[in-house]
Amino acid sequence: MTEYLIRGARILGGDPADLLVRDGVVAEVSSSASSSGAEVVDADGLVALPGLVDLHTHLREPGREDAETVETGTQAAALGGFTAVHAMANTNPVADTAGVVEQVWRLGREAGHCDVAPVGAVTVGLRGEQLAELGAMADSAARVRVYSDDGKCVSDAVLMRRALEYVKAFDGVVAQHAQEPRLTEDAQMNEGELSGRLGLRGWPAVAEEAVIARDCLLAAHVGSRLHVCHVSTAGSVEIIRWAKSKGWPVTAEVTPHHLLLTDELATTYDPIFKVNPPLRSAADVEALRAGLADGTIDAVATDHAPHPHEDKDCEWQAAAFGMLGLETALSVVQATMVDTGLLDWAGVAERMSSRPARIGRLHGHGRPVAEGEPANLVLYDPSASRVVEASEMASLSRNTPYVGRQLPGRVVATFLRGTATVLDGKAQ
Amino acid sequence: MKRHLLSAGDLTRPDAELVLQTAAELRSLADRPIKKLPALRGRTIVNLFFEDSTRTRISFEAAAKRLSADVINFSAKGSSLSKGESLKDTALTLEAMGADAVVVRHWASGAPHLLANAGWSRSSVINAGDGTHEHPTQALLDAFTMWRHLGDLDGRRVAIVGDVLHSRVARSNALLLKTLGAEVTLVGPPTLLPYGVDGWDVATSYDLDAVLPKTDVVMMLRVQQERMNAAFFPTVREYSRRYGLDGRRMATLQDHTLVMHPGPMNRGMEITADVADSERSVIVEQVTNGVAVRMAVLYLLLGGSEPALASSDDHQDSEVAGVEQ
Repeated sequence: MTEYLIRGARILGGDPADLLVRDGVVAEVSSSASSSGAEVVDADGLVALPGLVDLHTHLREPGREDAETVETGTQAAALGGFTAVHAMANTNPVADTAGVVEQVWRLGREAGHCDVAPVGAVTVGLRGEQLAELGAMADSAARVRVYSDDGKCVSDAVLMRRALEYVKAFDGVVAQHAQEPRLTEDAQMNEGELSGRLGLRGWPAVAEEAVIARDCLLAAHVGSRLHVCHVSTAGSVEIIRWAKSKGWPVTAEVTPHHLLLTDELATTYDPIFKVNPPLRSAADVEALRAGLADGTIDAVATDHAPHPHEDKDCEWQAAAFGMLGLETALSVVQATMVDTGLLDWAGVAERMSSRPARIGRLHGHGRPVAEGEPANLVLYDPSASRVVEASEMASLSRNTPYVGRQLPGRVVATFLRGTATVLDGKAQ
Repeated sequence: MKRHLLSAGDLTRPDAELVLQTAAELRSLADRPIKKLPALRGRTIVNLFFEDSTRTRISFEAAAKRLSADVINFSAKGSSLSKGESLKDTALTLEAMGADAVVVRHWASGAPHLLANAGWSRSSVINAGDGTHEHPTQALLDAFTMWRHLGDLDGRRVAIVGDVLHSRVARSNALLLKTLGAEVTLVGPPTLLPYGVDGWDVATSYDLDAVLPKTDVVMMLRVQQERMNAAFFPTVREYSRRYGLDGRRMATLQDHTLVMHPGPMNRGMEITADVADSERSVIVEQVTNGVAVRMAVLYLLLGGSEPALASSDDHQDSEVAGVEQ
């Protein structure tokens, strides 16, 4: 196994240090490490972070291999600095049995670009009627701990209560896609003045907030872990802040796109900006950034949602929801949180690695960059800058909302248990 | 004017006035025995309808034919559920046929916008109604009708009554009438006024009876059948009582006040027969004016810079801009 001597990396943005990576672990951290056989990686000016962990990725396999595969999606993840991703359950067939989650987990291991932690469906077929075999998925080789019907909301209060209770037996967490279905029938964009003007069916904030409020109360009542997916409104942040102030076991994530983009983009009628939950107002973006900064929101999660070209090259109403995220996440977080002074790199490491790893119970990830720890690392150049081009994406799909946009930063290298998955910005 | 007509908001006041003036010239044609001009001879106009609308389609067809354009009707029925040929492939097909203008009616808000801006085609795009978004030529014909009866619209009060939420006619009218200086009041039950309408810079009211005596125009909107059972209001009868225009309410209007409706009407629902057929109803005239306004729009978008009609009565021989190219 190749040894790497990383020279002059600023761990969590601190002073330059050398890291020796050997046998899958960080063997040494010092002001000047040396090792005769090691490949030297010049990390002058680069920030070293623990490998990023995504709680929310759609890898599309099995079923939609025309949009993404485990191979291409995890390669995109590695290029984005991720060493572990949670693969959402809304595949075809749905990941609601031990068989499917083991298949996804095995495909991830074979691809080798990053660890794949399959998310199990809460209900059979995501239909919201009957609990899937949550325990079987927990006990499988995939060791599922995160359960979600993402894409659909577990809207039935009794079913949600039972799911929350049941996963306690194996320290699981229910990740809720908070969307009251009746309030969002055929909804197309954030409900505001703009939706009225554009004639696109509105998606009110209350449809998200009402479910989050209910679920926080349920989680408190039964003493179970609740995770809230892709928080998108100021009101949701307030409700979660309130729940946390009570000491309730609630965690939450926000996507990079909800930290940067607003509903104003719908005026183009370009479905590249159509996403679930929808892009919200500038005031919501502000509240989300503040919530992420003060820890109300625990994690940044990409909700990477690849779609083939034809599902986006059409009328807004006919287009699919979702956008790519893995390869641009760290840059967007730098632009919205670091360059604005809201978070330092230690804060980024916490929101994009250690906390999501803890929520997902991924024990080898999200560890400190220190001697003896697993060598899951990313080297990032915050002084770089690029104009995003869809054709440069490793993802099979091209639906990035950032085309033509200047974004800061560049992932230079990613290490998964001491193996370089990315070097000099290129997949290995 | 811009190359496309996608939204009534695209029109500046001089643009809108030019359309109305041009329409006025062209309308005189309707009273002549020969109703045809050579202005768009050799040009191809496609009526692309993804949603049924016999009235709007034949209005555009008549307008194009009276300008001597070649007209192709392309009906591509489909919905978001039963996708037929994609909008993109349809656009590429029309581009390959060499359409100069595409008149598009679509069930999806923003579809004409996409057709104009996605780079699929070089044609001028005219929005003939998209989803619950806009219907700018309807607004132009409505303004034209008001203008013929009331003159300058500055300071005139227009009440638009009914299902504003789902109405592309209301959106386009609100934008255009504001541009032309009129004061617009949207009237309906709170469930049928759009969320965020406060930001539209128009007045709103839930009380039709309070608005009627002050208004110069009352425009009744059609209530779609599918809304009637979707809890926007309790019953059809209650809607009629509170927001329908009947003889009793008509009696509270000023003498000069016009009654309008974009059609097709639900007689007995939002408007009673005695009102629809009354002296002050200009509903049938709206249809006639629709052809003139659409002629004006096609003529101006397809390059007409000179007056549409030469001063000579012998218009058969007159050379009108747009013949070359």
